[in-house]
Amino acid sequence: MKEKDLLDDLGSIKNIMERSTKFISLSGLSGVMAGVYALVGAGYAFTILRNGELRGPDHSYREEVIIPLVLTAAAVLVLSVSTGIWLTVRKAKRKGLRVWNPVSKALLLSGGIPLATGGLFVIILLMHRHFGIISATCLIFYGLALVSASQHTFGDVKWLGIFEILIGLAALAKPGYGFLLWVLGFGIMHVLYGAIMHFKYDREVSA
Amino acid sequence: MFCTVPLCILNTIVKLALDNFDKAFENRIRLQAMSVLVANDSYDFNSLKELLQVTDGNLASHLKALEKEEYITVIKSFLGRKPNTRYQATKAGIAAFKKHLEALENLIKQQK
Repeated sequence: MKEKDLLDDLGSIKNIMERSTKFISLSGLSGVMAGVYALVGAGYAFTILRNGELRGPDHSYREEVIIPLVLTAAAVLVLSVSTGIWLTVRKAKRKGLRVWNPVSKALLLSGGIPLATGGLFVIILLMHRHFGIISATCLIFYGLALVSASQHTFGDVKWLGIFEILIGLAALAKPGYGFLLWVLGFGIMHVLYGAIMHFKYDREVSA
Repeated sequence: MFCTVPLCILNTIVKLALDNFDKAFENRIRLQAMSVLVANDSYDFNSLKELLQVTDGNLASHLKALEKEEYITVIKSFLGRKPNTRYQATKAGIAAFKKHLEALENLIKQQK
């Protein structure tokens, strides 16, 4: 009986320490949705690129093609983030946890800084018309943000981040594959990872 | 007199085992509060309250006890007009907590 008390003590310490440092309300489903949005957006972008009107006389793209592409990417981002927030809040409510606490603040800060930097980096690249490395840049900064944020949530996120970085470096090495690797990194990897995390962490709430 | 002899030996053994246990952490809430402060740079009162699921007064009295042992320090400030109370573990507090954890783990190992 005394031993059970001690084990309970140790167990509760470990549990409390983890809950105070890691954000566990993150929904794996939001990863899946982000991947789906990215795939849909990429499909739409592909139809834009296929459009003959946007090509110049030498068969390379006119600069105007960038505008619908950027808008599509922005739409994917906004949809992914808002769906992610909605699903995460919903998961937290089901667990009876508050979403806004020191852990989530630390999570947003550690993930937000690389992300914001990447965003500004991409905007400046666009302004200077360095279009070739935009896809790689998005992937690399996003991967860095994930690795940084993973210290405050599920460790699996770190591996997704590392994969994104590697895919981004590959896109940098092979600019011709930038679009395909974007689809891989933001579309397929998210669906895969989101599904894994969903089955690993989201299902405990089942009655 | 004959039956108190083995009792004396038992008492000594238990006392030796319990010596490494810190009385300050005998209460589970105090132990949990200390663990949060060891795992984080600092933590504010309300977040502690929500994490440990205790009342204002209950938490306050436990934290006061830990403060008395000089295991934690208090930092009081204002966020705009709202008072904000944060707690930090001291070096002594962290050391005492680790020692207590080791004692817990040792006892469990011994009892296996």
